[in-house]
Amino acid sequence: MSNLATVAPKTRNGLLDPKQWLKSTPDALRKLNPKTLWRNPVMFIVEIGALFTTVLAIVEPSTFAWIITVWLWLTVLFANAAEAIAEGRGKAQADSLRKAKTDTVAYRLTAQKEEVTSPGAAVTEVAAPQLKRGDRVLVKAGQVIPGDGDVVTGIASVDESAITGESAPVIRESGGDRSAVMGGTKVLSDWVVVEITQKPGESFLDRMIALVEGANRRKTPNEIALNILLAALTIIFLMAVVTMQPLAIFSKEYMAAARDSAVIDGDGVTGIVLISLLVCLIPTTIGALLSAIGIAGMDRLVQRNVLAMSGRAVEAAGDVNTLLLDKTGTVTYGNRRASEFLSVPGVAAGHLADAAQLSSLADETPEGRSIVVFAKDTYGLRERSAGELSHATWIEFTAQTRMSGVDLAEEQGLHRIRKGAAGSVVDWVTENGGASGDRVQELVDRISNAGGTPLLVAEHKAGHAAEVLGVIHLKDIVKEGMTERFAKLREMGIRTVMITGDNPLTAAAIAKEAGVDDFLAEAKPEDKLDLIKSEQEGGRLVAMTGDGTNDAPALAQADVGVAMNSGTSAAKEAGNMVDLDSDPTKLIEIVAIGKQLLMTRGALTTFSIANDIAKYFAIIPAIFAALYPGLDALNIMRLASPESAIISAVIFNAIIIVLLVPLALKGVAYKPGGASSLLRRNLLIYGVGGIIAPFIGIKLIDLLVSLIPGIS
Amino acid sequence: MSSTTAGIIFIVAMIAAIVAVHKPLGDYMHRVVTREKDRAVERWIYKLVGVKSDVEQTWGGYARSVLAFSAISIFFLYGFQRLQEHLPLSNDMVGVPAALAWNTSVSFTTNTNWQAYSGEAAMGHLVQMAGLAVQNFVSAAVGIAVAVVLVRGFARKLTDKLGNFWVDIVRISIWVLLPISIIAAAVLIIGGAVQNLDAGTASDTLNGAGQTITGGPVASQEVIKELGTNGGGFYNVNSAHPFENPTSWTNFIEIFLILCIPFSMPRLFGRLVGDKRQGLAIAAVMAVMAIISVGLIFGFENWADGTVPSAVSAAMEGKDVRFGIPNSATFGAITTLTSTGAVNSFHDSYTAMGGGMTMINMMLGEVAPGGVGAGLYGMLILAVMTVFIAGLMVGRTPEYLGKKIGAREMKLASLYFLTTPFLVLVGTATSMSFTENRESMQEAGPHGLSEMLYAFTSASNNNGSAFGGFNANTDWYNTALGLCMLFGRFLPIILVLALAGSLAKQRRIPASAGTLPTHKPLFVGMVVFTTLILVALTFLPVLALGPIAEALF
Repeated sequence: MSNLATVAPKTRNGLLDPKQWLKSTPDALRKLNPKTLWRNPVMFIVEIGALFTTVLAIVEPSTFAWIITVWLWLTVLFANAAEAIAEGRGKAQADSLRKAKTDTVAYRLTAQKEEVTSPGAAVTEVAAPQLKRGDRVLVKAGQVIPGDGDVVTGIASVDESAITGESAPVIRESGGDRSAVMGGTKVLSDWVVVEITQKPGESFLDRMIALVEGANRRKTPNEIALNILLAALTIIFLMAVVTMQPLAIFSKEYMAAARDSAVIDGDGVTGIVLISLLVCLIPTTIGALLSAIGIAGMDRLVQRNVLAMSGRAVEAAGDVNTLLLDKTGTVTYGNRRASEFLSVPGVAAGHLADAAQLSSLADETPEGRSIVVFAKDTYGLRERSAGELSHATWIEFTAQTRMSGVDLAEEQGLHRIRKGAAGSVVDWVTENGGASGDRVQELVDRISNAGGTPLLVAEHKAGHAAEVLGVIHLKDIVKEGMTERFAKLREMGIRTVMITGDNPLTAAAIAKEAGVDDFLAEAKPEDKLDLIKSEQEGGRLVAMTGDGTNDAPALAQADVGVAMNSGTSAAKEAGNMVDLDSDPTKLIEIVAIGKQLLMTRGALTTFSIANDIAKYFAIIPAIFAALYPGLDALNIMRLASPESAIISAVIFNAIIIVLLVPLALKGVAYKPGGASSLLRRNLLIYGVGGIIAPFIGIKLIDLLVSLIPGIS
Repeated sequence: MSSTTAGIIFIVAMIAAIVAVHKPLGDYMHRVVTREKDRAVERWIYKLVGVKSDVEQTWGGYARSVLAFSAISIFFLYGFQRLQEHLPLSNDMVGVPAALAWNTSVSFTTNTNWQAYSGEAAMGHLVQMAGLAVQNFVSAAVGIAVAVVLVRGFARKLTDKLGNFWVDIVRISIWVLLPISIIAAAVLIIGGAVQNLDAGTASDTLNGAGQTITGGPVASQEVIKELGTNGGGFYNVNSAHPFENPTSWTNFIEIFLILCIPFSMPRLFGRLVGDKRQGLAIAAVMAVMAIISVGLIFGFENWADGTVPSAVSAAMEGKDVRFGIPNSATFGAITTLTSTGAVNSFHDSYTAMGGGMTMINMMLGEVAPGGVGAGLYGMLILAVMTVFIAGLMVGRTPEYLGKKIGAREMKLASLYFLTTPFLVLVGTATSMSFTENRESMQEAGPHGLSEMLYAFTSASNNNGSAFGGFNANTDWYNTALGLCMLFGRFLPIILVLALAGSLAKQRRIPASAGTLPTHKPLFVGMVVFTTLILVALTFLPVLALGPIAEALF
């Protein structure tokens, strides 16, 4: 796991560590500056309200006025602290990244145009930040690569742990899809010439630091829309509270006998109470936590070693309708594996297995290894090392012969066993006087039709004609758990499309086995692009992963394009996310994180609005029961006094922010499933819960507040 | 059979009648607005006014047409009233004073039909027939047309063309409103409603005083008054007048007329977006709220617990014995739920909570089922708000009917939602701030406050009914309420059309298992709840000082 993940949030009993609150206090205070706070209209209104009550409390001091004033300021501070805590985590990650960005010295080739053939080429020392795009630099073992670029000459093993956290070195070589190197990583062996592809100050590392720090964080489309809703609700409540005043004055005149109090007098409802009511009604909970939710969402991706280039991409991930998955490495293991030994009639299964194993011992290809493993797992044949049989001559697999095998010197003469591609083995059998029967052809066809690869096993004993013993069924093995994941995705309404270069027959067989919804066979890079475009025509959002340069156009076209870190710079440039672990199945987690981000916003918005019902039941009777005693019937919580009711509502309003910060940072619990079940569950917790919780909370606070002298 | 039982049977029969009619009528309206070819009579009209019927408009073009058409309507109606003494069939009525004429022309053009005048004492037959009744037709047609445009916004994709305003209102007027009106008018005449051009019959009353009984084209106007959810009565006492609403069964017919188009609009909506279940869900939201409201008002009035109501075993004051308490309560609930504003009893005399409920009905934004057209577009806005708030909880960017609810959509929906509360609250608070305006209130204290609040709620939501007891015929109220009606009608219309424009531009995202299902009972419940919460949160403080304070006094 990455070094980025080590700064995960510390929570205790579901609450944040008090130290984190303390640490964020200076930032929270700094954020009181109205110049920055106005971006959050809800909290800006609270700050103006707090300022106003402060003036009122100074002019006409009372316990009531001061308690309200203090808690209004705390409300703003809690909101600021929530944001600061979320940002703080990003800052810590940025600091650990900065360590990788030491003052590197670059060795720029003096002769920029000439071919470099040895590490002894003439170089000029320059500071890394002075490198321009297109400069070629020489990097030798032990040196740090001074900037992002492509290897143009040489091959080297590179330690990328500074960025990816992965300690195993990777190979980087010129040409092909493994040529991209990142600034800040270290060459461990050999030497390479790197052509710089970044502009100064725009390296991957720079971008990463900016991203985790949230330096250029912009509101995402959904955040903007939600902010509009929150602003509208704020305006409605502002209207409701302000227009209440003339009516209150009228009512007070009508009920002239009612006593003046700290809540209502001849001038109407007092300023402190009006502001308290306003602050309680406007959606402060979601207003306070909205930006923390967004930052934490990006952060959760970083913890999984995924860098999203924008919040918009994370949101799009939640909306994805179609996932394009490369077959190899994502749906299946990278290589085909033996899955079955089919013997021809008259040959014992054990004999075939033995022959298959012997003939594969000298085959170091993954397919060959899988045959040995399969023989061991299924037939209990102990793996024999090549040196164990002294009388054997090993025939290694080559691309030319397409066969491997062994020649055993036995008493009866030479016993030769071969295994390999059907055509080659049939030829070998024919050469050695044998013939492969119809039965063999039948088996070969059956395997081919099922999308597998048939390998023949044959033997030639001295004095006999060569004969085919049986067929090995090699096939793509679907990764464990993938079928379940695809089923989950289907439940979530996401269609999976497998992309493969295989022929349609093979592709169909694997698609069926893996449980993907569709497949694209014999796919060329442009087919992928066309598929994405046609999905988008139909209004669907598409996510994909890619690593090669030829994936770049498709990555750019996809709504969520996750480039593998091991891929080329072109691919990384084109996508809107980079997976540092280069794990294509991560796409599924990315979708879940996107959904969780949106759900958290929705849940807290619903909770915030639902809370208002209880607050009305606390404050309306508190204000007006003095005029119309009958309205005390609305005081269903039986709060001690008008003052304690209002204080309790204000305190609840502030404390709920603190209580919900861990939820905002972690996100609401997410279990993949259909929209209906998600909705029912969240409505129950955050809708119904949002109605009930404040009734209990306000009552409990009131029990404490009423103990304050002069309040009850 | 007790009158309560009869009242309940009345309501059940009404539900059955609406259930029976909403499908065929919705399907019929769907055919009218989607028919490809123009009929001969339509072509003549288009030629006459110079409209190219095959050219569709953008939302902006459509909005300009609505506004221009309405501005001309207001201007004509104003002139008509001011100059009526010079016109035929004036029955010796004099020109209407400027402030009142402004108020009335705005009132009828905006489908509000707030009446600060007394029909039989101020308006001649020509103004009633050629002025007010014409607006009853076309203002209803405008409402339906705007709703159809919003639905087209959902149904269409990647286009900025939303239909042709002139085609829509011509077709709706002559193929939907006119035929139903003709048939229903005949039915009302059979029931005893009058239909003549009589200038007035003098007669002597029992105690020997003289009385003039005004006749007129009542039945024809009565029908469109209900069918178009207009509400402007020929007579001052509106549907309580025996010439307008003679019997208990005509009362049934009139309520049916009020409800039939608003409850058929969701079917039209379902057909246009190609998913009837979506229409059914919206109809269900309307029905749930309507049934709760009718039930509550019915209960409050029938089992009232004030001193006088208890003595007569119910709240009979201000209600006509022809209808009795139950059917008056039902009419009162329906007229306020539909932005109609016709009355057959006086809401001022209702129990505190019963009167409060009539206000809450309007405060819902006239959506359950609301005015013709306006009810559907108001409800769709609420559905959009609900989808946005709750839809996020399924982990996707909120979408409704395959259209993403982004920043622009949210801005328009929020502004729509802000408009009427702003007019109601600011209007009431401003009026209350000036002592001279308080003189219009008949009662002091909470009840007086309710009278004023009712006036602004009714005007801003284009309902048009009056609480009664409140003198709205002053320059201040004629002007202020006129502005409330004007802004309460046309700001939302512009916002709805703009929303339609931005929806139509989008692609339609196909529904999947991950999409918030908007046709299931859970969603119906969510929309009901969101609407109630938003309305309660907006209006609870003022309601607490009015009807609630009065009820709990």
